[in-house]
Amino acid sequence: MFTSSGSGGAVSQAPATRNGSGRAPSTTVAIEVSNVSKRFRKHSEPAKTLKERVLTLRKSTVSEFHALQDVDFNVQVGETFGILGHNGSGKSTLLKCIAGTIRPSAGIVRVRGRLSALLELGAGFHPDLTGRENIFLNGSILGFSKEHIESIFDEIVDFSGLDEFIDTQVKHYSSGMYARLGFAVAVNLEPDVLLIDEVLAVGDEAFQRKCIERVRGFQAAGRTICLVTHAPDMVRFLCDRAVVLDHGRLIHVGDVNDAVTIYRRSLAAQGHEVPPDDQDMLDKIATSGPASPVRLVRTWVEPPAGGVAYRPGDRVVIGIEFEAEPGMTVRARMAVHTHDGVQMVNVSSYDIAGADIKADAPVNQARITIEDLPFTDGHYLVTVVLQQPDETREYDRSDQSATFDVNSGGPVLGRVALRFGLESGPVGVA
Amino acid sequence: MTALTNAELPPLLENGTRPPGFFARARDIWAYRDLLGNLVRRELKVKYKNSVLGFVWTLLNPLLYLVIFTIVFSVILKNPTPRYGLLLLSGLLCFNLFSVGLTAATTSITANGPLVQKVWFPREILPLAAIGANLITFFFQMTILLVGLALFRQAPEWSMLWLLPPALLLTLLIGAGLGLMLSALNVYFRDVQHFLELGLLTWFWLTPVVYPFSLVARALNGKFGDGAERLAMLNPMIPIITAFQRVLYNPTNFPVDQQEQFTEMIHRSNLWYVENLGISAIFALIFVWGGYKVFSRLEGNLGEEL
Repeated sequence: MFTSSGSGGAVSQAPATRNGSGRAPSTTVAIEVSNVSKRFRKHSEPAKTLKERVLTLRKSTVSEFHALQDVDFNVQVGETFGILGHNGSGKSTLLKCIAGTIRPSAGIVRVRGRLSALLELGAGFHPDLTGRENIFLNGSILGFSKEHIESIFDEIVDFSGLDEFIDTQVKHYSSGMYARLGFAVAVNLEPDVLLIDEVLAVGDEAFQRKCIERVRGFQAAGRTICLVTHAPDMVRFLCDRAVVLDHGRLIHVGDVNDAVTIYRRSLAAQGHEVPPDDQDMLDKIATSGPASPVRLVRTWVEPPAGGVAYRPGDRVVIGIEFEAEPGMTVRARMAVHTHDGVQMVNVSSYDIAGADIKADAPVNQARITIEDLPFTDGHYLVTVVLQQPDETREYDRSDQSATFDVNSGGPVLGRVALRFGLESGPVGVA
Repeated sequence: MTALTNAELPPLLENGTRPPGFFARARDIWAYRDLLGNLVRRELKVKYKNSVLGFVWTLLNPLLYLVIFTIVFSVILKNPTPRYGLLLLSGLLCFNLFSVGLTAATTSITANGPLVQKVWFPREILPLAAIGANLITFFFQMTILLVGLALFRQAPEWSMLWLLPPALLLTLLIGAGLGLMLSALNVYFRDVQHFLELGLLTWFWLTPVVYPFSLVARALNGKFGDGAERLAMLNPMIPIITAFQRVLYNPTNFPVDQQEQFTEMIHRSNLWYVENLGISAIFALIFVWGGYKVFSRLEGNLGEEL
């Protein structure tokens, strides 16, 4: 993906993560989350005045709501750790427990060293103060001394790229400038543990690239990062390990690719539309070239005729919709992976039809069919990449956003569904 | 970026929990004194940002009191109190430090909700910063009173000046103690801030700021016998306010025939003032201890109750 984009047949590799990057894993725990549960009292509308409390006393509708249930994992020093989860999965609650702003109902969270949180837009800023004043305010909120902030003040300003505006009230900043300042403060303070909550998605591409670089520097310096997001590709791109939360329970700890798959499945299980292309943002960072003339609008797998899963031997239709300038020729490459990252097939439109796809209109459709599906039971992920016909340039892609399931209805082990025959008898009789 | 080596690694600690005990907490707050300073500065800067006169507004308020009350009471109502405006300011500035500070402290946590939910720091910092900002305001406003005294060539009672630092300290302690208590309670019941408004109004009129202390003393002594004026000290602001008035307004400046309203204040010994402040100090300690108890009981859930 990021490491390989642009090269021919980019999808021929399973997505690369930092797992294989060879950094020696540390064995010292930086964040210890042991058996953490968090219950909230659930009022239909929280009673905030005495009167309301008294009035609701009788028809006490207080029910308990488990935001986190028995969550247990460790983050090692120097690790970049992802927390994935759908909205309401408890990931923000978990982050708050780590940050210490709320206390778990049961269990314990311990953190080694100084922690700095990349705050949501504006939480640590006062709009009426200047950027300069806010840097000091924000730094001291995060627990750093004036001297320390002074010593890195220039670095912060430099990094934010806001030197012209540093004495302007922050309320005149754009949201991007706000985010830049916040990120600059949190990262340059050099905390031992950095918590990042969904904030990398703001700011322009150049700044995002800078942030990612900075996060890399952070990683290289052996510092610990905890990243909370619902963008799986961010996790795949940055993290060493990840957990997936689903309704307050940990459904996965460990491998990043598995985390992404399991997360997608948990989204799908809830009937949420799986985000079609989380890749967008990061791809833009990775392939900083001229704007792509082709855009993959969506990728889908046509549902099986009878039920939720295909059977071996069925015909599977994979559809794409893409925008292109009429008259262009586009090569589509499709790969199918199992949920554990094994590539089952990787084929281009040229391989299939001996020709590439011609864009006749601004918005076009194409269908790739797999006849006599030879896969056994499993959950399969479809990746489509649109390329220049000579495969020297990648226009757009959708990573594993379309999926399908196969159910053979039989006890076959292995990856492929073949048709078998069996004959037997004494040797030499036939 | 400096890399960490294993030797420098700090210990694994539970985040957001506090060391038990009053003094350990105080040390915790001390460690965050830069934040306290920055928050005080923020309060002050933000208050008058974008106004043309800026900080001058802080001074205009007492100046206006001085002028208006002098005109209304001395000129129109023909109140016999000499230089009534100066008497009023001598007590009012201190009472305002208490009441405005306490009001700001009470709403400080709810007003900083997003911050409290996102970052952990000793939450006491917020009400304390609110009071700190009002202390700075108090010092600035004091200059108006001092200029007023200078203009009328009215000298403070220099020999009793030493009463003021403890009196000021007690004002801060009472404000901080109640502020800690109410700021945490206000997160659970927003009624607290509205209730406080009424409470402070009552408190103000139960404290001799607008009227001289002698009225209170005479009423009490007349009803319960001599010495009953001590009962007034059950309002812990009275010893403080009377000390301020005695020292700054200093009724001994005036000819004897104008001192009639202040006989109690003038003829009480230094010891009387010290004893009264002692009573205030007992209240202050109770409030501070209560504030610490209530706050430490409630602080754990502040982040989620907001």
